[in-house]
Amino acid sequence: MAGPSLMDSLFQRSLDDLIKGLRLHQPTSESTFISKSLDEIRREIKSTDPQTKSTALQKLNYLHSLHGLDMSWAAFHAIEVISSQNFQQKKVGYLAASLSFHSSTDVILLLTNQLRKDLSSNNVFEVSLALECLSMICTVDLARDLTPEIFTLLGSTKSFIKKKAIATVLRIFEKYPDAVRVCFKRLIENLESNDVGIVSAVMGVFCELALKEPKSYLPLAPEFYRILVDSRNNWVLIKVLKVFSKLAILEPRLAKRVVEPICEHMRRSGAKSLVFECVRTILSSLSEYESALKLAVEKVREFLVDDDPNLKYLGLQALLVVSLKHLWAVLENKDLVIKSLSDDDPNIKLEALQLVMAMVSEDNVHEICKVLISYALKSEPAFCNEILGSILSTCCRNVYEIIIDFDWYVSLLGEISRIPHCQNGEEIEKQLIDIGMRVKDVRSELVRVGRELMIDPALLGNPVIHRILSAAAWVSGEYVELSKNPFELMEALLQPRTILLPPSIRAIYVQSAFKVLIFCLYSYLFPDEAVASSPSLPVDLDPGVTSSISPKEFSESSDVVVTEPLADREMDEGFNPRDISQSLEDVSVGNGGDTVIAHEQTSCSATLKKDYFTQESIVKLLDLVERTLCPLMGTHEVEIQERVGNIRGLTELIKQELPEFLVHKERNVEGVKVKALEIVKLMHDAFLEELGPVSTSAQERVPIPEGLMLMENLGDLEGICGDIQLPIPSQFCFGRPHSGGRESTSLFNQQTDEESETSYECTSLLAEHRKRHGLYYLPSEKLETISNACPPAKDPQHSDDVNDDGQDLVKLTEQSLVPKKKPNRAKPRPVVVKLDEVDGITIAVSKPESKDYLISGAVREVLLGNEVSSAQHKLPDKSSNKRREKDKLDIDQPSETKENLANVGKSETSTSKKSKHHIPGKERKHKSSRTNADEREDVQKDKTKSGHHNPRHKARQRADDNVDVIAQTPVIPDFLL
Amino acid sequence: MIRAVMVINTTGKPRFSKFYDFQPVEKQQEIMRRIYAVLCSRPESVCNFIEAESISGPDTRFVYKHYATLYFVFLFDSSENELTMLDLIQVFAETLEKCFKNVCELDLVFNYSKMHTILDEIIFGGQVLETNSSEVMKAVEEISKLETASSALSLVHKSVSGWRSR
Repeated sequence: MAGPSLMDSLFQRSLDDLIKGLRLHQPTSESTFISKSLDEIRREIKSTDPQTKSTALQKLNYLHSLHGLDMSWAAFHAIEVISSQNFQQKKVGYLAASLSFHSSTDVILLLTNQLRKDLSSNNVFEVSLALECLSMICTVDLARDLTPEIFTLLGSTKSFIKKKAIATVLRIFEKYPDAVRVCFKRLIENLESNDVGIVSAVMGVFCELALKEPKSYLPLAPEFYRILVDSRNNWVLIKVLKVFSKLAILEPRLAKRVVEPICEHMRRSGAKSLVFECVRTILSSLSEYESALKLAVEKVREFLVDDDPNLKYLGLQALLVVSLKHLWAVLENKDLVIKSLSDDDPNIKLEALQLVMAMVSEDNVHEICKVLISYALKSEPAFCNEILGSILSTCCRNVYEIIIDFDWYVSLLGEISRIPHCQNGEEIEKQLIDIGMRVKDVRSELVRVGRELMIDPALLGNPVIHRILSAAAWVSGEYVELSKNPFELMEALLQPRTILLPPSIRAIYVQSAFKVLIFCLYSYLFPDEAVASSPSLPVDLDPGVTSSISPKEFSESSDVVVTEPLADREMDEGFNPRDISQSLEDVSVGNGGDTVIAHEQTSCSATLKKDYFTQESIVKLLDLVERTLCPLMGTHEVEIQERVGNIRGLTELIKQELPEFLVHKERNVEGVKVKALEIVKLMHDAFLEELGPVSTSAQERVPIPEGLMLMENLGDLEGICGDIQLPIPSQFCFGRPHSGGRESTSLFNQQTDEESETSYECTSLLAEHRKRHGLYYLPSEKLETISNACPPAKDPQHSDDVNDDGQDLVKLTEQSLVPKKKPNRAKPRPVVVKLDEVDGITIAVSKPESKDYLISGAVREVLLGNEVSSAQHKLPDKSSNKRREKDKLDIDQPSETKENLANVGKSETSTSKKSKHHIPGKERKHKSSRTNADEREDVQKDKTKSGHHNPRHKARQRADDNVDVIAQTPVIPDFLL
Repeated sequence: MIRAVMVINTTGKPRFSKFYDFQPVEKQQEIMRRIYAVLCSRPESVCNFIEAESISGPDTRFVYKHYATLYFVFLFDSSENELTMLDLIQVFAETLEKCFKNVCELDLVFNYSKMHTILDEIIFGGQVLETNSSEVMKAVEEISKLETASSALSLVHKSVSGWRSR
């Protein structure tokens, strides 16, 4: 029998050998060494020799926790090793269990008896091992079965064990709330221990419990208060403060009591940790006490000026806590906050940034954003994006609450988009569209910003901007009636570099092109109605007005152009570097038109507009659309293909019917209906329909159709669909072969006909050729070879006002952050569409788990003495007699007082009237000089301590119980002494 | 509570780890890797607290301390005070110093079990139980004595049984 095991044990590698072996191996061969060792371990662990087995397990422990090896297979072996008589082996076994066991380890129940045995051992270290393991792997079953043992250990005379038992109780409660009924009172008793270690352990437990569900622990406030005042141990005090920061919010009277002792600690203590905890408690829960708040803010300032970056960081965090309610605390320290913005430490910078954003208001948003953006340009990309992200999120807070001047904000968004490394495309996209839908007055500026972004071909090469471009395209299409030059928009939407866009965004481009086309056709075909239907266009021709709308463009164009467009058309050619007319001409020779159609960047007036849509321009537009979109019919992307199909259907129809229409128009025949006209009108009207924001809860309001199973579990669907790949777009290629000769009727454009008659390949070749030779509309210096590499985006213009950090930031401190009087605004805030409910309110945080409720329910029962669990009675404890007596006393309390003391208080006041006249003498006899406040306090104390250890207390219990019923005044008395 | 204690060396090798709430072993390794990635990107003399919500779930942060070739990392939640956690790392390191005299990385490498013994006296199930390093040392020495006694016993036992089986 000893054969293999003797060999194994004689030549077994120890843990040290294993570690040495690991160190000898290179990283490359390490894994083979580990798997070899694992094979050894698997063999050795089956040995009958306990020492061999435990050494194998020890090695496995090591490999598990430092090399990530699975050891769940060894669970049973761990239990075997735990049962060893040898302390060292037992220790290895327990370590294995605590490292690898969890609630679904099936052999865990086999451990129950061994744990029970070790928990009752005479050797404190064995008990300690068992407790340690139990606290790590506790399950419902283990907790239930071992509660009596833990209860016994709570009464241990050895502090070494008692501490650990107390800490274990926390895990027992979490798993098995009924244990609260058994162990809770012993836990509370230990709060009064003279041993700091024990008090610290108990407070640790209460801190964990109270953070999850504070309400139930209010009755313990007097105990905690005593510790707060008496204790001199910082660890204990910190835990007590954590508990009070939760309790004080619930009970204002308690807050009033604790604020002074906390301030006292803050003044007196030299321990930064304690001071910081006091500060945090005041700022988060007691900020309405002005003097305390002032003191706390003073302390925060001390932290902020400290050289220790840790204190600085914590100070900033503390300020952030208070910034919502008391902004002045931040403003008072704004110099330090701003200084921290340029700290070396990224964490400190981030905190400072959040604080700066907290200081933003509608008065200073312009300045702060300006300075921050110039600061962002100098920062490394990660922090730059943090800055941009927080500007975006701050400005859109509460439906753009702080934005008055939306024109400014929209152009700021445009500016942000062009910042290199800007990763916030998605957010900007969302906001551009959202603002467009919500704020009517800003749409023309939005269209201008959209245009700026779209006509810059460099931007198309930068993938991070694509999302923004998609918003720009959508805005341009949706609000095309506000555009100054729809033709130019169309060129931008169809420019060759759009092939760099992902298909989904390209589809948006095509759809927008459709909208623009419809608009142009409509304006041309129904000139009178078009003017009427776009009332928001500036009708005034006054140059002053136009310049105020777009000063930049205005400076590029000339007054003459604006006022006398017709006369100066020829002169306009090429006045704008972005003019597209030349390239257009190249390809539309067949037109024979000698006039260059108005592509100038003039501000459209109504009258101008009428002449703007001439026959030539429309024809050219149709040509352009056909030419650029036809190749797309063969695309593999259905989204694009479908939309292109729509447009083509329309253009073909128009081309057929336009001549007929023109004839009628010339003859001034009224009432002739042309099919295309009607379609254009219908489409136009459809697009005119305004899109609005949709409430986040809109879907909830839709009644659920009958027979629809909404709650059905679709969890396994993922499993089913997991292996199924999403369809690859190429499988959906429905591209029609282009038939020749289908446009033989077209009278307008020979070239187009030719083009469309050639095959798709030819067309794409042609497009390729045009690209290569720069035959498209943008001026030659803008033309780069089309590559997927990002060309540098246009340099942001504010590079010159980027001076010294310090200067800028100082300026910021001087100007923007001073709360100043509201300046007279040039324009009032435009109407921002809001939905009925407040937008963007997130659903309330989910309630704590049911387990916590169970715990707190049990805690309340114990504290308010509603009910005694039977488990308590069977406990082998001398004091249980007393407890039972006390429980009986408490039973007659109404069991409905589940809520908390506030409710108790109420019920007292309500009963006070009728009980006023009986037994007032009884309590007076008890203690004559007590005020009502004192009585209340004692009620609390008695309920919590319930006088197990204090016989006098017990005697008083009876009287106090009565007091509880006959509280005298309707005024809610004070909470504490 | 304290969620985990880790010791990682400056090249990213974990030297010690203990998680107080159960995590699958792959997750443990991932957390250590990601924490190391954060640590090695941080310059000296910056603050020691880092939010870790993206690494180890909501309401978690960690504090670290850099000693020679080692990072000591404590992962914890809002029921602990940041500065006391920093102190606790100091307590842990001090105890190691007392235990090994001029402690270095190699001591930690070869005393895996003892590290557990020491830490278990300071932190128990995620709760801080003892902050006095001499007290910790007292308990650790007792335990070591017990261990050597029992292993001596097992050696005797083994040789006897070996002899008997012959």
